[in-house]
Amino acid sequence: MKAVDFDYERPRSVAALCGRLAEAGADAKILAGGQTLVPLMAMRLARPSLLLDINAIAELQGIAFTAGAVAIRACTRQAAALADETVRLHLPLLEKALRFVGHVQTRNRGTIGGSLANADPAAEIAIVALTLDAAMTARSASGERTIAAADFFHAPMETALAPEECLTEVRFPVWSEEGRIGAGFQEVSVRQSDFALSAAAAQIALGHDGTCRRIALCVGGASATPQRMKAAEERLLGTRLEARDLADAAALVHDAVNPLEDHHASRRYRRRVAAALVERAVAEAVAA
Amino acid sequence: MANEVPAFRYIGRKRRPAEDRRFLAGSGRFVADLALPGTLHVALAASPYPAARIVRIEADAARALPGVRAVVTGAEIAAATDPLMSGLDLPKMLRYPLAVGQARYVGEWVLAVVAETRAIAEDAVELVDIEYEPLPYVVDPEAALGPGAPLVHAELGTNQLLRRQFVWGPVEADFAAAPRHIAYRARWHRSATVPIETFGVLARWEPGARLLEIWASIQDQLARALRLPGNAVRTHFDVDVGGSYGGKRGLKHAVLAGYLARRLNAPVRLIEDRLENLRGGDAHGPDRIFDVSMAFDETGLVRAMRMRALDDVGAYAGRAPFQLGKPIGAIVGPYHINSVAYEPISVATNKTPEEAVRGFGQSPTNFAIETGMDLIACDLGLDRIELRRRNLIPREAFPYLIPSGSTYDSGDYHAVLDKALAAADYPGLVRRRDAARAAGMLAGIGISCCLEPSGGNSSFEPLLNPKRDATTWMEGCQIKVDLSGAVIAAMGTSSSGQGHETLASTIIGEVLERDPDTIRVVHADSLSALPSNSPVGSRMAIMLGTAAADAAKKLKAKLLAIASHDLRLPLDGLAYRGGDISVASDPGRHLTWDQLVDIAHSKFHRLPPGTEPGLQALAVAQVPTGGMLPTADGRVQMYPCYAFEAHVVYAELDRVSGQTRLKRYVCGHDCGVMINPDIVHGMTYGGIAHGIGAALYERFAYDGNGQLISGSFMDYLLPSAHEVPDITIVDHCTPSPITSFGQKGSGEAGYLGAPAAIASAVNDALSPLGLHIATLPMTPDVIGELLAEAEERKR
Amino acid sequence: MSQHEIALRVNGERRTGRVPARLTLVDFLRDELRLTGTHVGCEHGVCGACSVLFDGKPARSCLLFAVQADGAEIVTVEGLAPGTEELSVLQDSFWELHALQCGYCTPGMLIAAHALLLENSAPTEHDIREAIGSNLCRCTGYKQIVDAIALAAERLRGANLRQERRDGQ
Repeated sequence: MKAVDFDYERPRSVAALCGRLAEAGADAKILAGGQTLVPLMAMRLARPSLLLDINAIAELQGIAFTAGAVAIRACTRQAAALADETVRLHLPLLEKALRFVGHVQTRNRGTIGGSLANADPAAEIAIVALTLDAAMTARSASGERTIAAADFFHAPMETALAPEECLTEVRFPVWSEEGRIGAGFQEVSVRQSDFALSAAAAQIALGHDGTCRRIALCVGGASATPQRMKAAEERLLGTRLEARDLADAAALVHDAVNPLEDHHASRRYRRRVAAALVERAVAEAVAA
Repeated sequence: MANEVPAFRYIGRKRRPAEDRRFLAGSGRFVADLALPGTLHVALAASPYPAARIVRIEADAARALPGVRAVVTGAEIAAATDPLMSGLDLPKMLRYPLAVGQARYVGEWVLAVVAETRAIAEDAVELVDIEYEPLPYVVDPEAALGPGAPLVHAELGTNQLLRRQFVWGPVEADFAAAPRHIAYRARWHRSATVPIETFGVLARWEPGARLLEIWASIQDQLARALRLPGNAVRTHFDVDVGGSYGGKRGLKHAVLAGYLARRLNAPVRLIEDRLENLRGGDAHGPDRIFDVSMAFDETGLVRAMRMRALDDVGAYAGRAPFQLGKPIGAIVGPYHINSVAYEPISVATNKTPEEAVRGFGQSPTNFAIETGMDLIACDLGLDRIELRRRNLIPREAFPYLIPSGSTYDSGDYHAVLDKALAAADYPGLVRRRDAARAAGMLAGIGISCCLEPSGGNSSFEPLLNPKRDATTWMEGCQIKVDLSGAVIAAMGTSSSGQGHETLASTIIGEVLERDPDTIRVVHADSLSALPSNSPVGSRMAIMLGTAAADAAKKLKAKLLAIASHDLRLPLDGLAYRGGDISVASDPGRHLTWDQLVDIAHSKFHRLPPGTEPGLQALAVAQVPTGGMLPTADGRVQMYPCYAFEAHVVYAELDRVSGQTRLKRYVCGHDCGVMINPDIVHGMTYGGIAHGIGAALYERFAYDGNGQLISGSFMDYLLPSAHEVPDITIVDHCTPSPITSFGQKGSGEAGYLGAPAAIASAVNDALSPLGLHIATLPMTPDVIGELLAEAEERKR
Repeated sequence: MSQHEIALRVNGERRTGRVPARLTLVDFLRDELRLTGTHVGCEHGVCGACSVLFDGKPARSCLLFAVQADGAEIVTVEGLAPGTEELSVLQDSFWELHALQCGYCTPGMLIAAHALLLENSAPTEHDIREAIGSNLCRCTGYKQIVDAIALAAERLRGANLRQERRDGQ
């Protein structure tokens, strides 16, 4: 399982990277953590003629809390994000989700941006991005643009990024509601740390009177891309999130998802599990 | 002989295995670690079709790629080598390392490229243009037996490779007389023990010596297939092997590499990558359908059993069909069932061929039997443990002859079961389960009792293939003491983690009363080794153990004879202690080990007349209780010794996701005297992990197009440290009366009973819902679907 | 296509090479540097047999290209012992409890365990299983490995030894 031969470069800046991407076109691929790309190359399913290693680009590393959002530079290691104090304080949902991303070893190399750009339908970081209405910044030789998470994931392994674009940053808005904010992340995989058959994220803001002031629910692995559960959110908004409310919301989730069917799980299985995981994620968020 | 562990000096005591050290330092010598100058590398082109005629191969572009030395097809191999033999009598089923004229399974190796690097070889494979004409294919074993099924081998005229019907005892009468019956199907889907190291071979032809050197873990047949005299091939058994568990036979790999090495006059290395290994390495495991019926009475006593075992061996049959035969030696499990009808069927399909897997068919058979025991308990409303107690062979009955002709040597099954239940705090587990259920969870306790036949008397070979009238199953060991007094022993096969070196040195040390850490055990090569039947069938503790002990006893006898002559005393006047020999009545008069060694090597004038100089001995042991062919009605003694396991498992299932979490795992284990407890325990833990994989995660799944879906580790899921819980082993010892130290074999322990126990736990968890599953693996989606269907039916 | 000059530190020593871009780090270590202790099990990042420390963190060397290691600090199993013919406390603990059989996954296990003990001197059973959760073993069922890592941690604590970081890590 040796990769097809390729040229390799290690640009030192985003500008240099984008310049090369513009020249090289679709035959070039960005190498970040490599935890997804390199296995594909070993199996000769991915055959880039040019690999652009972005691991030496300092401006693509870092986590900062600015203007009500946590901005994570795209090549930040998943392990670094998981251990980061800013993430722990302001993005409890991301911290919880990151525990499910791969293993200790893969998180040492895998990056936040790499996971998003890869767009596996069950990717945990993508689910969090959609739950929190994150904003992705993409840069190319011709400029920079911001893409909302809702517009970012197009299909399995397909995003809004053009071949000559590089994801440089993702900004996760931090909720500033009064009262308690809780996050829950639930996942089902065959073995622990396998890619998820189904995953659900929930973030809620509970008012002092115990009612739900704000809620975001998202499911992954149950459709071609991660999916916000708007109908379920509406059902739960303003309620006290009691058992009856959660059961109704789960039923709405069950009907809203449009699962993939493959040899790991059937459509029906993914539907049932997605619904149950949303319930559990909300319960987890309430308890948090 | 309940739990009488004899007292030994070294046997049974904690000892750091000698082999471990080099692996910890990173200085193991696995095949891929060997570097010979000028080595060439092989990559394979594999069939994308389950069945296809190979119409045309266009390889000019591949040959022209710089660095490529050869492109070899099946036609060339078939002309230059003899076919690989099946264990069955199937001369028309021609099998070569590469497909000849026709591909018969997805992943079958069709063409080999040899190049200066593996990467270049893979590049060249992509340049080869192979035109296929797809043919009809069959991947379902029952369909393969049906009329009009596509034939995997047209020349055979059938896909049925083997079918026998055995009747041992009054089965009809017992079924007629029994007031109750059950019938069920148990399905063990295809999995294998998949080592972390793939199969690899390095071959070099020495033209000056006319000798083919092979570094790999393979046995026999190689020289014959390459049309070389047996003494023109030297297989190096001192290569470290990264796990085998039965599967690393590698014959086609070695024939291919050996042929290429000779043809190209350069060392050739074939190391499977993981994709080649899973699809085309021909090491798939059991793929079984059992249809079983049992006849029993109101108290749960099982009188008779009918079992039809259908095994899907894939596109070629090596030794795999024999895996239907080995379980005959324990066909009633640990129970006193009076009569058995057994119908083994081996069928070919267009799938990757099977190879031997740990237990050689015993684990699926145990799963089938234990499924029945639980169903009977449920049918009668009887406790599953009580049912087993009533059916377990009692200890007074040993040695116990089973209907199919094997005698179980010794055992105390009730004691082991009790120990396991006590260690598991069974009443506590029941409370824990019931509390979990009360809280709304699905929770269950699983039980399995089963046998681990050991010793490798492969009398299933003549039983299933009368043309193969083999009754010799042997193992050799040679020991020498050099003139410095150092002890060196040689064994004649390779090891893959079983600690054979420590096994042999411990036993030799025991007999000679010398510290095993001072005894070096080496692996002879195939030219210098004594005969060996390789580490299969949990046989090495018995066979290598016996050979080593016998050789050591000969050495000790020689030392005593030398001392007797030199001290001018009869043998009964001597005391042997730690290698020194003294006059029993006057210990001041003695000869030390070093003095004895010196006399043997350099003081011929002091040796008894007619004594060979030096200190060396060899022994080749035949398997105890072996040496007999089957009777006309298919009865024969199979393995000599029978170890026993009782598993107790507690599991919780997620009602929605169907995930199974094993929360408590206890295994009661009796393999007689353990030579090295840490080694035995280690293999048992590992066997249980294998069983967890087969029960819950692992499956070589094929789709409707005959494509192998789980062809990488992304989809063929091996259990990690998260999936294997902490395990408690509880030992018991009923020594075997027929081995040198009471040892029974144990290399297959754990795997033989774990899938049955886990299925038992899952079914206990599902029982409040009235659900039952008898198919492995019980992956989350399978259990989840079962639960979903039940819920929908309720509505 | 492209050949690259690389310079890196492996087990404390400066090593150089001239490598094609597609040569993986594990193949470079094994075939060019002849450090064959690190093993290849799957080449797609699942089994962990190829684990090494890369700039102090355990990572799969089959998912790194050798060119990426230019300027990096690598530790392999050969670099864990304090000296030739010696074993580290961790390695010795593995031996004491027979935490291996065929030895193929062992180097990766040792690297994962070594990395754990660098960060956590009192790991729980859960911590240990997390740390080795992506190192697959087919021989041992993991129990003796988990016990050996716990024993090593206890020995290091008891001797008031901090596990030696290799090569200035």
